[in-house]
Amino acid sequence: MSTGATGAQEVVLRLDRITKRFGALLANDAVSLELKRGEVIALLGENGAGKTTLMNILFGHYVAEEGQVEVFGTPLAPGNPRAALAAGVGMVHQHFTLADNLSVLDNIRLGTESLWSRGQGRAAARARVADLSRDFGLAVHPEARVGSLSVGERQRVEILKALYREARILILDEPTAVLTPQETEALFETLRKAIARGLSILFISHKLHEVMAIADRCVVLRHGKVVGEVATRTTDRAQLAALMVGGEVAMPKAEARSPGAVRMRFAGVSTPDRGAAPGLKALSLDLRAGQITGLAGVSGNGQAALADLVSGLIRPGSGMMELNGVPVAGWTPRAAIGAGVARIPEDRHKTGTIADFTLTENAVLEGYFRPGFSRAGWMDWAAARRFAESIIGAYDVRCPGPQARIRLLSGGNMQKLILGRVLEPGPEIILANQPVRGLDVGAIAYVHSRLIAARDQGAAVLLISEDLDEVQSLSDVIHVISEGRLSPGFARGAMTPAELGLWMAGQGFDHAA
Amino acid sequence: MRLEPVANPSLARRLGYPAAALGATVVIASLLALLAGAEPFGTLGLILQGAAGSKFAALETLNRATPLIFTGLSVAVAFRAKLWNIGAEAQLYAGAIVAVLLGTGALGSPLVLPVSALAAMLAGALVLLGPVLLKTRLGVDEVVTTLLLNFIMLLFVSYLLEGPMKDPMGMGWPKSAALIKEARLPRLVEGLRLHWGFGLALIAAVLVWLVQTRATLGFEMRAVGQNAGAARFAGIPVNAVLVKTALLSGGLAALAGWSEVAGLKGHLSLDLSPGFGYTGIIVAMLAMLHPLGVVVAALFVAGIFVGSDAMSRAAGVPTYIADMLLAVALLLMVLAILLTRFRVVRG
Amino acid sequence: MSAVWEILISASFWAAAVRIASPLIFATMGELICERAGVLNLGIEGIMVIGAFTGWMAVYQGMPLWGGVGVAMAAGMAFGFLHAVLTVPFGLSQHVVGLGVTLLATSTSSFAYRLILPEVTSPPKIEPFQPLAIPGLSKIPLLGEALFAQTPLTYAGFAVALLTGFVLFRTPLGLAVRAAGENPSAVEAQGLSVTGLRMGAVVVGSGLMAVGGAFLTLSAFSSFFFEMVNGRGWICVALVVFGAWRPGKAVLGALLFAGFDALQIRLQQTPIGAVLPYQVFLMVPYALSILALILMSRRAEVPAALMVPYNKGER
Repeated sequence: MSTGATGAQEVVLRLDRITKRFGALLANDAVSLELKRGEVIALLGENGAGKTTLMNILFGHYVAEEGQVEVFGTPLAPGNPRAALAAGVGMVHQHFTLADNLSVLDNIRLGTESLWSRGQGRAAARARVADLSRDFGLAVHPEARVGSLSVGERQRVEILKALYREARILILDEPTAVLTPQETEALFETLRKAIARGLSILFISHKLHEVMAIADRCVVLRHGKVVGEVATRTTDRAQLAALMVGGEVAMPKAEARSPGAVRMRFAGVSTPDRGAAPGLKALSLDLRAGQITGLAGVSGNGQAALADLVSGLIRPGSGMMELNGVPVAGWTPRAAIGAGVARIPEDRHKTGTIADFTLTENAVLEGYFRPGFSRAGWMDWAAARRFAESIIGAYDVRCPGPQARIRLLSGGNMQKLILGRVLEPGPEIILANQPVRGLDVGAIAYVHSRLIAARDQGAAVLLISEDLDEVQSLSDVIHVISEGRLSPGFARGAMTPAELGLWMAGQGFDHAA
Repeated sequence: MRLEPVANPSLARRLGYPAAALGATVVIASLLALLAGAEPFGTLGLILQGAAGSKFAALETLNRATPLIFTGLSVAVAFRAKLWNIGAEAQLYAGAIVAVLLGTGALGSPLVLPVSALAAMLAGALVLLGPVLLKTRLGVDEVVTTLLLNFIMLLFVSYLLEGPMKDPMGMGWPKSAALIKEARLPRLVEGLRLHWGFGLALIAAVLVWLVQTRATLGFEMRAVGQNAGAARFAGIPVNAVLVKTALLSGGLAALAGWSEVAGLKGHLSLDLSPGFGYTGIIVAMLAMLHPLGVVVAALFVAGIFVGSDAMSRAAGVPTYIADMLLAVALLLMVLAILLTRFRVVRG
Repeated sequence: MSAVWEILISASFWAAAVRIASPLIFATMGELICERAGVLNLGIEGIMVIGAFTGWMAVYQGMPLWGGVGVAMAAGMAFGFLHAVLTVPFGLSQHVVGLGVTLLATSTSSFAYRLILPEVTSPPKIEPFQPLAIPGLSKIPLLGEALFAQTPLTYAGFAVALLTGFVLFRTPLGLAVRAAGENPSAVEAQGLSVTGLRMGAVVVGSGLMAVGGAFLTLSAFSSFFFEMVNGRGWICVALVVFGAWRPGKAVLGALLFAGFDALQIRLQQTPIGAVLPYQVFLMVPYALSILALILMSRRAEVPAALMVPYNKGER
């Protein structure tokens, strides 16, 4: 796309043998990298390969044990985001660093003026933001509260923050993970404008097709090491995938099945909005036995409301919710568990587990009050421990033992414990909310195979994911959610990603309405 | 600087920091004694002697520890569930009021002791129930409401003692009538000035420990305290657990007031508690919220108070040194507990 | 009811309300600054005590009145620094540390008082701030006496409130402080130090709380008593909530609250006071604070990162 790496160009950023340890884990192992002016480098690697750690060192959030960072030929003071900003490095974090209750303009201005000065005033700042918005195609209202913005708009604010500071090097950490295909294309358009103005870009991703579309060169990380560096023109997706994973990982395939009876039915269900996040708008959906129903959509479009509804955390504001043909009553998390709903929550650290509890305690978190685990209000810890041990064995949870605190486990092993906890009772309905977010390839394959196996045994699975690839590969039927509205169901393979992307952006609904 | 969790803290780490915190408290005590013109080691010795140097001193310390065990347990139970009950003082007085209401002749023997103990617990529980319902229903922060209730309760007691509960034989002093003999707690050991309240406090500590480690309720309370969101998701009825916690916590604090009236004083006056409710927070934190640790911490705190009183008379160092030392010990101990689990790293 | 009306139209009532509000305004602004940066400061009660004590003691030892205010502020900042070190970089429970600081500051005041004045039975008096009538303005009926015939420290309180509002909402510093209380990682990503901002806010806020305490000894009364703060700190915590974390509303809340307090004092002298026990009147401030919290529950927008410690390692 741009001029490509000719070698004669100025090196704007040099990472020299960066090494970083977290306890026993070697997160970055002598990583070196050079970014040239006007170049786009994609930093590739699966989850846990050390990409984000490397970027956090570069930006000064972490301090490396060894190695140094040079920007425009000058070594960067370690552990100091201010130095990185001053040197012209701008970073768009994967988890946005925006204050929801402040306006777009205040978020952009934050930290750009001396704290002890009077400030240059809002009008001048607003004019500059307007100019930048226009020049780079980043439409967003400067006086809007950030909390009211969509995910795509928030990302634009993050990019504006960097441009406002006149960043010369942009680092984007998984920027497309939360976007529709169309929004991704718009983002690339913005990045091309930036390159044309001489900016250089480091782009972190694990989505190969996007990397092929935007990057000049790819640097591949695996287990904290650089395992390959190739010009995009001379490579293909298969080669990059093999470099990333270091061999073949067989991803489970879901064979088509004929669905059974309706297990859970929503008819015209609405829930109240929550701040900027929309509630459900007259949603109708059937979850059938032996079927994986995929829910695609940009985050913050009502997925949380639907997940909470299935989980028992909220009740329908209006409309009908049925379980095996019987309207639900007194719907609570405990009622949902009792009715055979297995719930895999979106955030395994915050809602799925209690960090300082042991594996045993986490294993019985949902069932501790049942006869097997307690009698007359007193716990049977021996039984609880046996249950935990059976999960650890059956679900291949790598851990020091059932009495270890769960905070010591990796994300994948934590998720396996949750899987065991919810799947052991043999559920009829499974809610899998972002079940593989942040997991490495092996764990992803494991979780997916378990979900497919549960479906084959007759469970109705609701898979909610922001990753369109995941939804498309697993689901028997796909619905798109946008602004709390649900699209019709599309059979496996019936729609292209671009067509689904239009629905995700809310377009199909206008025709239907 | 930044904090990094220590995966498996060594025994040295787990004991070293708390020991260092106590050591630093001793150093500060010496400095304060010096400041007051007294001889540091002598002052510390006097405190020790005053706390445990004689049978009389030791019994005095045990008596003083009794209400502190109850309030310490009350705070430990509540804080474990992240219910910030700072109102043990008010709940204590609720228990004391009930002890007087039922103990001055309204109830005959032999039921009066168990009935008034249960009624006192109920009264203390009700005092805390209000703030907790405000928290669970309306999201009103319980710290400030329980704190403010302490002031309201003290004024209420003042009103009672000058009005309806005033002892007609009290020569005009604002105090209640004396409890009848059947309503008084007997001595723990015949001939020793130590009442059964101490025994009950020990039993309460063991019961609370059993509930926290073995009962489903204890599991629920810990889960709610550690991560209310995860607990709610897992089906634990968070608000109901908070209400049960409040009932237990308020009841325990009320027993402090009840046993002071029924065991020690025999009547209610406005100086019944020199801040036992607030000191319970120190006791609970020093015990790292462990119910059995509360007993040890209460003895330690009571010893410092009793010992400082004696030392003050002998060496002339203001008795407020005890409060200062306990505040210092509290702050250093929470820091030490943190450092047993996290290490400080640069950058 | 006519008794109430007579009180309400008397200038001395309004003057008293403003006087009672003054220490609350200082301390409420202090607490508000802390909470805006994300730190709940329950050390407030003790810091007001130490302010009341040190300010008074400094003047008793011969310093000028404004010197006493300075000493009080410095003492408050010292205890604020202690609170800040424990709660910000170490991220310890703001509840526990705050109560610990209150206990420490209170007992330090008592200890020092006994150390310096071992034999005294009733505390010595100092010459407090005198009312300073603003020429012209103080002659306005009702309002003039209430607002423009107060002591200089009261005027300073209103100035501090104005300044707090200006800095918080009109300067880069205020934006950074508010952002630290909303989302510390946003502050960090823009190259600012969350630790520095939060610690600074707690230290400055604590200084103001101590001046609020010093108002009691240097302007309202002329000597120091152990129980003189008497829950005012906790009331200020409630006032911050009542004021929805906005300086202007918090000042209005303090004035409203002080108005009720002044009213109950006067009502005790009326026939109503003969019917109701005096304790009921004394309960009014505390009951009102609880009522304020209930009224404002779920209405105000709480700073999103209030009471959430920030550790760079965890993201």
